[in-house]
Amino acid sequence: MNAITPITTTLKDWETDQEVRWCPGCGDYAILKAVQRTLPELGADPANTVFVSGIGCSSRFPYYVESYGFHTIHGRAPAFATGIKLANPQLDVWLVTGDGDGMSIGGNHTMHVLRRNLDCQILLFNNEIYGLTKGQYSPTSRQGTTSPTTPLGSVDRPASPCAFALGAGARFIARGFDVSKELPNVLKAAYHHKGAAFVEIFQNCIVYNKDVFNDFAAPKGAEDRQLWLANGEPMLFAKGTQGIALDTEKLTLKVVDVIDGDWQAAGVIVHDVTNRSIAHMLVEMPFGPFPMALGVLYDDPRPTFEAAVMAEREKAAAGKEPNLAKLLAKGQTWTVTEGGPEL
Amino acid sequence: MATQLADPEAKSTVAPEAVVVRFAGDSGDGMQLTGGQFTLSSALAGNDFATFPDFPAEIRAPQGTLFGVSAFQINFGSTSIDTAGDAPDVLVAMNPAALKTNVGALKPGGLIIADTGEFTKRNLEKAKYDVSPLEDGSLAKWQVLAFDISALTLESVKPFGLGNKEALRCKNMWTLGLALWMFDRDRAPLIDWLNAKFAKNKVLADANVAALNAGHAYGETAELGGHVKKLHLGPVPTPAGLYRTITGADAVALGLVAGAQLAHLPMFFGGYPITPASSILHALVRLKEFGVTTFQAEDEIAAICAAIGASYAGQLGVTSSSGPGIALKGEAMGLAVMTELPLVIVNSQRGGPSTGLPTKTEQSDLYQAVYGRNGDAPIPVVSARSPSDAFECAIEACRIAVQYMTPVILLTDGYIANAAEPWQVPDPATFKEFPVTFLAEKNAGDTLLPYKRDGKGTRPWIKPGTPGLMHRIGGIEKAVDTGHLDYSPANHQAQTDARKAKVDGIAQSIPDQDVCLGAPGGKLAVVGWGSTYGPIHQAVGRARAKGMDVSHIHVRHIWPMPQNLGELLKGYDKVLVPEMNTGQFKTVLRDQFLVDARPLTKTSGQPFTIAEIEAAIEGALA
Ligand code: SF4
Repeated sequence: MNAITPITTTLKDWETDQEVRWCPGCGDYAILKAVQRTLPELGADPANTVFVSGIGCSSRFPYYVESYGFHTIHGRAPAFATGIKLANPQLDVWLVTGDGDGMSIGGNHTMHVLRRNLDCQILLFNNEIYGLTKGQYSPTSRQGTTSPTTPLGSVDRPASPCAFALGAGARFIARGFDVSKELPNVLKAAYHHKGAAFVEIFQNCIVYNKDVFNDFAAPKGAEDRQLWLANGEPMLFAKGTQGIALDTEKLTLKVVDVIDGDWQAAGVIVHDVTNRSIAHMLVEMPFGPFPMALGVLYDDPRPTFEAAVMAEREKAAAGKEPNLAKLLAKGQTWTVTEGGPEL
Repeated sequence: MATQLADPEAKSTVAPEAVVVRFAGDSGDGMQLTGGQFTLSSALAGNDFATFPDFPAEIRAPQGTLFGVSAFQINFGSTSIDTAGDAPDVLVAMNPAALKTNVGALKPGGLIIADTGEFTKRNLEKAKYDVSPLEDGSLAKWQVLAFDISALTLESVKPFGLGNKEALRCKNMWTLGLALWMFDRDRAPLIDWLNAKFAKNKVLADANVAALNAGHAYGETAELGGHVKKLHLGPVPTPAGLYRTITGADAVALGLVAGAQLAHLPMFFGGYPITPASSILHALVRLKEFGVTTFQAEDEIAAICAAIGASYAGQLGVTSSSGPGIALKGEAMGLAVMTELPLVIVNSQRGGPSTGLPTKTEQSDLYQAVYGRNGDAPIPVVSARSPSDAFECAIEACRIAVQYMTPVILLTDGYIANAAEPWQVPDPATFKEFPVTFLAEKNAGDTLLPYKRDGKGTRPWIKPGTPGLMHRIGGIEKAVDTGHLDYSPANHQAQTDARKAKVDGIAQSIPDQDVCLGAPGGKLAVVGWGSTYGPIHQAVGRARAKGMDVSHIHVRHIWPMPQNLGELLKGYDKVLVPEMNTGQFKTVLRDQFLVDARPLTKTSGQPFTIAEIEAAIEGALA
C-alpha cells in the first residue's frame, strides 16, 4: 500500500465494461467481487492502482478491474511488478497469480519478489489444478489427484504456498477462500502491510477440481474445521471449545480442549502476528488433525525493496551533476591539436 | 605493414606504418592490463590503433596450461587502423603455453620475446613440449629473443622486499617497460598511472615503477643480440579534438544514457550476469545520477520482464545479454511486441550454440534477432560495427524504441564489447533530441483508445497513474483501437498487418545505405555488418589499390533495412557477404532482395583477418 489521499469510489467504479469470461460458478467471481468491494473501503484510487497478472484463469483478473492492468506472461508477473514499482513507487501494485503460475513456472520469481520485499499485494488463487489448459494436476494438487496427465493419480507431493512464501522471506502471510465473508478483511490487512503481502486464496475450480476445499470450506461444520486467526486473540475454534496450544516438549502445535471457556488453563496460544516461529508452525499445520489456519498468519513489516533502491540511488547521485558532456570525456583523454597529441 | 621489425641485419631505421604486437601469458600474468596500458601509450603517441583482447573462459585456469593463456593484441601505427591486425610482428610469450598457442599466428620473420625463467621442465610439460622450443631449432623462421624476464624482474624489485609471488607479479610492468623502449614511448604517463593505481600501497607502486624502468633500461643498455631496434611510429593525422579510448561495452552504456536523456526519460536497466554482456551492467550501476536504475534480476527472464514493467510505467526499459540469455528472453520480447511498449535489448554476441564459446566472438545470433520468436513478431535490429559506433547505435536503438513504441535489438559482439579504439569525444549539444510525450487525456473525444495508431502506426504511451486513462493491456491479441481482447479472424489479420507495417515503416526514418569505400555499382560489393567492418574495409582498400573493381557496403540497420539497399546491391555483378557465422545475413539479403549474395563464413571464435577477405575478393573477381 501507499500513503495516499483516500479517494471515494463505489464497487461500480471498479467494474470494467468487459464481459467476465470465467466458467459460471467459478470461485474467481467471488474473489473479484471481494476485491471490488474492498478497494472503495480502502480509499484506493483507480488511476493509481495497477493489477499485474501472469497466465491462467486467475490471471484474467486485471481485465475485469477498472484500474490500470497488465496481463503478462506465464509466471513472470512478479518481475513485471518489480519493474513497475521501481519505475514508479507511488503506484499501488496488486499481483494476481495462481498455483501453476506462481508456484510452478513462476516459482523462482515468487521467491525473489518475496525475498526482496517489493511493496505489493500478491494474491495467489490456489485451485490445486490447471484450469485454463483443461484440468492437469498442479504443484499444489494433493497426492493421488487424477487428471488428464495423471490418470492413475498424481504421485508427487504438493507444495505449500504459505510455507514456501515464509521460507522465501515473506513478511506477511495470510489465507482465505473465495466465498469467505472474511476475505475482504484479509485483503485489507494485506493492503495495509507495507511490503510484499502474500495471500493464498483457496479457489473452487468448479469444472476441474470441484469442491476440493469442501473439507474445510463447506459451511456445514465450518467452525470445527476453520481456525480464524486474529492478532492478540487466543487461537480458538469449534465455537471456543477447542484451541491450539504449544507442545513444549516436541516444539509442535497441538489441539487442546477448552473447558468452560477457560482457554488460559488449556494453554491456548494468543496469536502474535509478529512471531515468526509460530508462523512457521501455522503454515505447516496439517489440515485433518488440525483445523485450517486462516486469516493473517504473519505480519511483521520490514523496509521495502523499492525504498532501499531509491535511497541508494539518491545517495549515489548526491552531489553529482548529471553532465553528459563530462561523462563522455571521462577517463584517460588526450587532445589532438594541429601539432599532434598531448595529455 | 609487413615490414620486418626484427631484422638480423638490423641497420634500417625506416619505421613501418603499423605494427602488430601480441602480449600472451598465463591468465594470472596481467596481460590484459599490460595491453591496456600499452594501448594508452599508443594513443598518447598519436597512433591510431585497434585492440583484440582474447582471454580464456575460465576465471583462474590452472597455471601454465594451454587453455589458461590470455592474450592481448594491438595493431597501432601512423596510418589509419581498422583491425587488430592479421598476424603479429611481435609476440611476447610469458611462458611455454603462451608461445605454443600463439606462435602459429606470428609473421614469418617476426620477433618472439620469451621469458626463459618460465621455460621450466614442468611448464614445458604443461604446454605439451617434449623439448624446449627455444633450444630445438623449431622457431627458426622467427627471430627469438629469450632471456630471463622473471629473474630480471626479481632483481629490479629487490629493494622493496616483496614476497617472491608479489615480486613476480611485476613481470608484466617490466615487459611493458621493454615494449615502451622498443616503440620510443614516453614512460611518464604510465608512471603516473601506476602511482595512482597503487596510491594506497606505496611499496607496490614503487616496485612496479622500478620494474617498468628496469625493462626500459634493459632495452636501452643491454645487448639485445642485434635483433631489436628502437622504432618510432609517428602520429596519424587525425582531426583536432578531445580523444579517449573506448570499449564497445562502455560505448553501449554511454549511448544508452545519452539515448535516455535525448528521450527525456529515466532509464531502467534489467540485467543478469553473463559473459560478455555483464560489463554493460557494470558500467551503468555507476551512473545513478543520470536517472539510471539498475536491477540485477534473478534470471534473464526477470531482467527483461522488469524492464518491460518499467517501460509500461513510463521509463525507458533496457535489458542486455548474450545469445543464451536472449533465447530465454524470447517470450517476453513477444509480449513487448504485442503490448507495443518501447524496450532496448542489447545482445553482445558470442560463439554458440548453447554455452558455446563464452569469451569468443561470433555473429551467429542474427537469425535469432530477426526471426527468433513465436508468431509474427517483427522487431527492428540495429548492429554496431565498432566500439565507437556502438555509441551511436545505442542512441539509434533508443530513438526507434520510443518513436515507434517497439522493442529494438542492438547487436554487438564479444569483439566489439572488449576491444578498445580511440574515440573522438562527441559534443552532446550536437545530438538530436527525441523527447517523448505521454498521453495525458482521452484521445478520441470522451473515449480512450489505447491502440489508436498515429501516422507512423504507433500507439500512444500511457503511464499508469494518469487520471482517467485506466486501461488494460496484455499478451492476448488486441482489438484495433480499443485494445480489448479480440480473437476474431479479421482483427488478428488487421493487427498482424499493422505491427508489420509499423516496423517496416521505420525504414523511412533511417538514412539511405551508403557505400563506405568504392562506387555505387560495379563488379563486386563486399557487404558486411557488425564487427567485420575493420577487416572488410582494409581488404577492400588493398584490393582497390591493386586496381580491382570492388566496393565495401556496411549495413547498420539489419531490420528493417535501408530502403535503397536492394537497388544498390543490384548495381553490382557480384555480392560477397563475409560474416562470422554460417551465412545468416547472406540469407536475409537473398530473401529480401533476390540477390545472388555469396557467403564468406568463419566460425573459429576469431575475427576475420584482412588476408582472408582479400583472398575471397580475388577469388570472386578471378
Ligand atoms: S476452469 Fe476452473 S478456474 Fe478456470 S474459470 Fe473455469 S472454473 Fe474457474
